Amino acid sequence: MSHWKLICKLEDIPALGSRIVRPPKGGDIAIFRTSDDKVFALHDKCPHKGGPLSQGLVHGERVTCPLHGWNIGLADGQAVAPDVGGCDRFDVKLENGEVWLAI
Amino acid sequence: MSKPRLVLIGNGMAGVRTIEELLKIAPDHYEITIFGAEPHPNYNRILLSPVLAGEMTVPEIVLNELDWYASNGITLHTGKQVVAIDRIRRKVIADDGSEAPYDRLLIATGSTPFMLPIPGNDLPGVIGYRDIKDTDEMIATAKVHKHAVVIGGGLLGLEAANGLKLRGMDVTVVHIGPWLLERQLDETAGRMLQQSLEDKGLKFLLQKHTEMLVQGVSGRVAAVRFKDGMQIPADLVVMAAGIRPNYALAEKSGIYCNRGIVVNDTMQTYDPKIYAVGECVSHRGIAYGLVAPLFEQAKVAANHLAGYGIGRYTGSVTSTKLKVTGIDLFSAGDFMGGKDTEEIVLNDPHGGVYKKLVIKDNKLVGGVMYGDTADGPWYFQLLKDARDIHDIRDSLIFGQSLVGDVGHAGNSKAAAMADSAEVCGCNGVTKGTIVKAIKEQGLFTLDEVKKHTKAASSCGSCAGLVEQILASTIGGAYTPAASDKKPICGCTEHSHQKVREAIRNEHLTTKEAVFAELGWTTPNGCEKCRPAINYYLISTWPHEAKDDPQSRLINERSHANIQKDGTYSVVPRMWGGLTTPAELRAIADVAEKYQVPTVKVTGGQRIDLLGIKKEDLPAVWADLNAAGMVSGHAYGKSIRTVKTCVGAEHCRFGTQLAMDMGVKLEKMLFDMYAPHKVKLAVSGCPRNCAEAGIKDVGVIGVDSGYELYVGGNGGIKTEVAQFLCKVKSDEEVMEYSGAFLELYRQEAWYLERTCHWLDRVGLDYVKGRIVEDEDGRRTLYAGLVAALKDAKDPWSTSREAQPVKQFIPITVAA
Repeated sequence: MSHWKLICKLEDIPALGSRIVRPPKGGDIAIFRTSDDKVFALHDKCPHKGGPLSQGLVHGERVTCPLHGWNIGLADGQAVAPDVGGCDRFDVKLENGEVWLAI
Repeated sequence: MSKPRLVLIGNGMAGVRTIEELLKIAPDHYEITIFGAEPHPNYNRILLSPVLAGEMTVPEIVLNELDWYASNGITLHTGKQVVAIDRIRRKVIADDGSEAPYDRLLIATGSTPFMLPIPGNDLPGVIGYRDIKDTDEMIATAKVHKHAVVIGGGLLGLEAANGLKLRGMDVTVVHIGPWLLERQLDETAGRMLQQSLEDKGLKFLLQKHTEMLVQGVSGRVAAVRFKDGMQIPADLVVMAAGIRPNYALAEKSGIYCNRGIVVNDTMQTYDPKIYAVGECVSHRGIAYGLVAPLFEQAKVAANHLAGYGIGRYTGSVTSTKLKVTGIDLFSAGDFMGGKDTEEIVLNDPHGGVYKKLVIKDNKLVGGVMYGDTADGPWYFQLLKDARDIHDIRDSLIFGQSLVGDVGHAGNSKAAAMADSAEVCGCNGVTKGTIVKAIKEQGLFTLDEVKKHTKAASSCGSCAGLVEQILASTIGGAYTPAASDKKPICGCTEHSHQKVREAIRNEHLTTKEAVFAELGWTTPNGCEKCRPAINYYLISTWPHEAKDDPQSRLINERSHANIQKDGTYSVVPRMWGGLTTPAELRAIADVAEKYQVPTVKVTGGQRIDLLGIKKEDLPAVWADLNAAGMVSGHAYGKSIRTVKTCVGAEHCRFGTQLAMDMGVKLEKMLFDMYAPHKVKLAVSGCPRNCAEAGIKDVGVIGVDSGYELYVGGNGGIKTEVAQFLCKVKSDEEVMEYSGAFLELYRQEAWYLERTCHWLDRVGLDYVKGRIVEDEDGRRTLYAGLVAALKDAKDPWSTSREAQPVKQFIPITVAA
């Protein structure tokens, strides 16, 4: 069962940027903020070679992995073609300027 | 409201390519219907020759499977020939009576083989060479008949002849011209080609006029008779004497035609609702019979169909590559030359190599290569870029020096490589994998090959090889864009050059302004264009445009180098490679305090601390700052190091104070961002212990002053720096090298090292700006000094200005 956890305020994440969330059981999660203030959450591990997606460059609703430049869709965690692969995604919501994550 | 309807007549490469381009930029704009006379989905017509030669099969050359049409909501009518266009009621009518109304119509009916107007040209066994049906008929005929005659010694004729020979027929090529491929080759190369093909068993009859085709008792063609009375047996006659634009339908419908459907630079016909692309059109009086121009035409037509109204097609320079296995031949542009051109020729008939380059006003305007075509793509690029070749004229005929490129075992000729040979040493991609991807995925550009195979997508040193493989696999369809016209990325049509000019001329100071001014197709760019634009903004408008950290890749955002496990490496600056016991003590303390697993001396004369966690970075910086050290920018597209030898300070051979000069240069350039990383070196004498010959700027002390070298590179492409000039004083070293680097900062494209930029613009140009133009040099130097005024250590500013908490993970309680 996952539970909604309060993570931070929206402004704690830079626009077109991300923060790392460290759950108690480990397994870093990257939360992203787009230019139009949507938030997304993915396992902080690129499906290619495990690069930290939280350190990537955010554009549109995608993030580019900092290690070898794979593009990953923020909404579905899937690599953009022609690359193939995916990483776990998490539900995340924005309420009154606060970011909540389902873990 | 329902969508407007777009109808395409002609389900071939040009038309479908236009639809693909259209779907990319305006996916939901039209309700699309396609009519194709052939019963197949769109296939790669240029690969019919390998099919005939038995090297590929028809399913392998299909470009768009039926699924593609369905998933894009396209109504496809195959096997239906459109017989009328009703321009008043705006509908097309096919031969089975079916109709389709249109709001916009695209005609891409291609071309048809020219059948010689001679008696017997309609006999069974007489065919053109255009489509799958013709290819199938040739393959079937080869199984039961013996004698084939190909009329026409052009590209298509020779490929057909080669294929029929491989299928076991006895083949004679009849050609009216004085030598083969006279539209692509000069006489010398034409004769060499004929010799190689004769060695393969083909026979040739040149300057022969065909009079008639003789019918045999079976009713089928039996012989070819010439005007001089000679007659040869023929069970199959392939007419490859040229193609004619197929514009009968358009002409019948009252659309203005003149040896092709006449279009303007937007690919629009005289009927504004009707566009046309491909071999059926006549653009500025030229009908192209090769595939390459279609891609440019498709882009332009799609843009106008989508209603964007950007882009003009202004004609193409085409190149030729014969797709006959074992024969290397390349020609481009004006290869014959004339009164006002000069020629450089290399002729080694024994070795089977012939190269001719045609030059006009110090620019390459054409060339022919036979036997060794490795440099074909490079010459073609020089030709398209209209690059002044004056400074490389001496060595031009010997090709682009690939010496020094590493990672592919010294191979420089793609054709000679085995399929199992590794082309891309970074990603382990073999030649066979690349060829397979090009054929099966229908790839036509270097970027597409990079995306699909990953070859040349990391360090890029094998890009030249990959281009060669592309050129030899798809032949004449290969066409690189002129360098200054290549789009930055998929977000835009605009090139680096165009974006730089817009930022300067329109005084743009934010990325949002650039996106709006130039019509970006994505809301905030991508990982390729955003770092480039950010750099262009801050280098063009220093102190005015604001740096955007979110447009920088992680290393520049976190002022450290990310490693494969997500930790970082930190390199404090050591000016000119000099340090002190106190600094070394502070570095040792940091290494112990933060349990740094690896401490390494770098190639740039400083110390690298590897394996630091991101959350420790601010504290590490604080400790190093406290000991008086600042960032070494070891992570940036920026000034890296100035390497020095000990110079006249200590060395018994030294003529100049190399360490002192190096420290002065490094202080001058501190915090300088550039299109790519920048490395300098200062040696105190010509023994050059600081290896200044492979640096972006190399300074070598001599008794009477300093020699300055530029554009060296020791990495991806080992490139020896070129001599710029000699100067007398330390101040001049600063002024000349500062001005050179400022010119590079202002004019090079993002990710171009100085050596690549010099390749593109030429050393003569740089000398003109730096050595000969004294006022210009001073202005550039002053610009650099002003841009770097008040430069601050990014570590301390980052600790103070940017919220440090962004480096710290948010922990969630259980």
